Amino acid sequence: MNDDRLLRIPVMARVEGKGALEVTVSHGRIGALRLRIFEPPRLFEKILEGRDFREVPDIVARICGICPAAYQLTAVSAIEAGFGIHPGEEISRFRKILACGEWISSHSLHVHLLAAPDFLGYGDVMEWARHDPESVRRGFELHAVGNDLIALLGGRPVHPVGACVGGFFRFPPAEEREAVASRVSAALPLAKELVRWAASLPYPESDRTFVSVSLRARDSYPMNEGWIVSSRGLSLDPADYEAHVEEFQVPHSTAFHSLLDGEPYLVGPLARLNLNADRLPPEILSLIADSGIRFPSANMNHSLLARALEIHFALRESLSLLEGPSPVGPSYIPADSREGTGIAATEAPRGILWHRYDLSGDGLVRKARIIPPTSQNQTMMEADLRESLETGGLDRPDDVLRREAERIVRNYDPCISCATHFLDLTVRRNDR
Amino acid sequence: MTPSTLPVQKDPFSSRKPRVAVLKLASCDGCQLAFLGLGERLLELAAAVEFVHFAEMGPLGPLTDLDITFIEGSLSTREDLETVRSVRKESRYLVTIGACATSGGIQALRNLTSGESLSGIYPSPGFIDFLDRSTPVASEIPVDLELWGCPVTGEQILGALRSLLFGTTPPVEHDKVCLECKRRAIACVTVTMGVPCLGPVTLTGCGALCPSFNRGCYGCFGPSENPETSSLARKFAGLGLPPDEIARRFLFINSNAGPFREEGERWRGDHSHER
Repeated sequence: MNDDRLLRIPVMARVEGKGALEVTVSHGRIGALRLRIFEPPRLFEKILEGRDFREVPDIVARICGICPAAYQLTAVSAIEAGFGIHPGEEISRFRKILACGEWISSHSLHVHLLAAPDFLGYGDVMEWARHDPESVRRGFELHAVGNDLIALLGGRPVHPVGACVGGFFRFPPAEEREAVASRVSAALPLAKELVRWAASLPYPESDRTFVSVSLRARDSYPMNEGWIVSSRGLSLDPADYEAHVEEFQVPHSTAFHSLLDGEPYLVGPLARLNLNADRLPPEILSLIADSGIRFPSANMNHSLLARALEIHFALRESLSLLEGPSPVGPSYIPADSREGTGIAATEAPRGILWHRYDLSGDGLVRKARIIPPTSQNQTMMEADLRESLETGGLDRPDDVLRREAERIVRNYDPCISCATHFLDLTVRRNDR
Repeated sequence: MTPSTLPVQKDPFSSRKPRVAVLKLASCDGCQLAFLGLGERLLELAAAVEFVHFAEMGPLGPLTDLDITFIEGSLSTREDLETVRSVRKESRYLVTIGACATSGGIQALRNLTSGESLSGIYPSPGFIDFLDRSTPVASEIPVDLELWGCPVTGEQILGALRSLLFGTTPPVEHDKVCLECKRRAIACVTVTMGVPCLGPVTLTGCGALCPSFNRGCYGCFGPSENPETSSLARKFAGLGLPPDEIARRFLFINSNAGPFREEGERWRGDHSHER
């Protein structure tokens, strides 16, 4: 067709990992749309085979430098489920502090360094900083506080070393805990400003019907535990999740795509907020009321505001957990290996992270399967791109369409490093 | 090229801002966070140098006429090989950051298995340009400076940049984690708790993090100078570790680094070491 037009974004900037986008426009419609992910796979599920369960937390951390703690927390919960051990309240409390730290760190990074320049019309964070250094500094400060929380529990923000099956190698010393608590406390007003700022951004209108999926907890906003729910009314034990999720390979990507009961779906901050706003404390609810934006929201662009709200929530939550009494007793309970399968799901910063380990009686991993958030969002991301670009009009100049496409993809906070390394080792489709 | 032979020039950079690139190959993105996590100092850095290409932060300029190129990640596709060959020609100094770029990283564990792994996993492996082995950048091109660590720290990055910008040879860490424990007065986990620890054969750089958390070092910063790996392996055997577990200690984050790989392979699947 002589009116065919190929829009190429050969390298996606401001995303984690390596991706590209190709869109073919033909007769005023989008033909082929390929979110190409060419990040080479690192075969983690294969690497895990034959390793001792004690080595798993340090291996899976290396899947993602942005959310290593989420991988560790999911792995230890899955293995504990396999062994039938329950570390108890005190250890859950410190695990939650670790998860809060990672939500704050990861969300602050995404909001300020990756996503915000799109909404403000800047090329990158450096350009934004020249115009509005205060907002950028606020982002750096929040990012640093998140990192402090991770380092409190694990020594360093990337690939922390504190978590183990059964608990932690040590509880943080009281003086370190108090020092971090005071930094968290000082950051609360910054988070409040961040929420106000995020609510004031010029979000493009969008009203799409999509399925939100997240964990749900009995009496709190979901983080490290719970059951899986969807806006379609689904309610599942994490152990039954893989029966509902279909992962498939596409020629243009080294990451799997997923469908839930045959449909694209969304995981991540907006899905969490859409399904769990009733679990938020009154202070956050009043921030939402002030923002003038209602949740559940059908506007994908509100993901950025959801991240800002979750930063505030996680600061508040971690502060109250840090201020509790000093922990007594051992920092971990001994883990005796036994043969079986362990499954767990947590809410990583980018959404549901699901692990399954088949373990032998001597504590070695026989098989591992990991479903990360970004591969779950991929089908939805492509559907969103197609619909949003067409709705906005394809007669716009290439540059405009390219910028819009990049904004749409970034808004999902895709973590391509995570997405690529997971392949279903239990399903060998060699018969095709 | 080893760091000690790095050519130091009197006026390494002319009046223009030094042109810096940060590249990513197969990796977790965690070492790039050593830049992005610098906070306020990142803005100062961006004022002092021109980030020509740094996809995760934004700039996507052409990889030409570069003063310093940082590479994260291991070589694992044919395209990676072409990228590093061409960027080498365009870079005055080329620095690897982290275990992946410096030793092949944790994904180099696949080098130890036979080549059929990929076809056994992907339904359609033909879609993927992929090499059998994950290798360090220096296996393909000369590297001027190697920063070890999983991950590297902001201090390592800033230290290297500062030295290169001032035209001096960057100081290279030679000490072992063991020595760092002594400096920080951390009780030896092997002596006091009987915990196996790679500290005696691993470069410091982490500040002896694991021993300070009551656990053994697992080798993030790679082999130290003259690592006595075989004595340490025999010590592990004395602590009651079976040969396979001794092998796994060495074949972990930096499994492709010479001394660790050799020691690990000696013990792997070999039960004749009880001596």
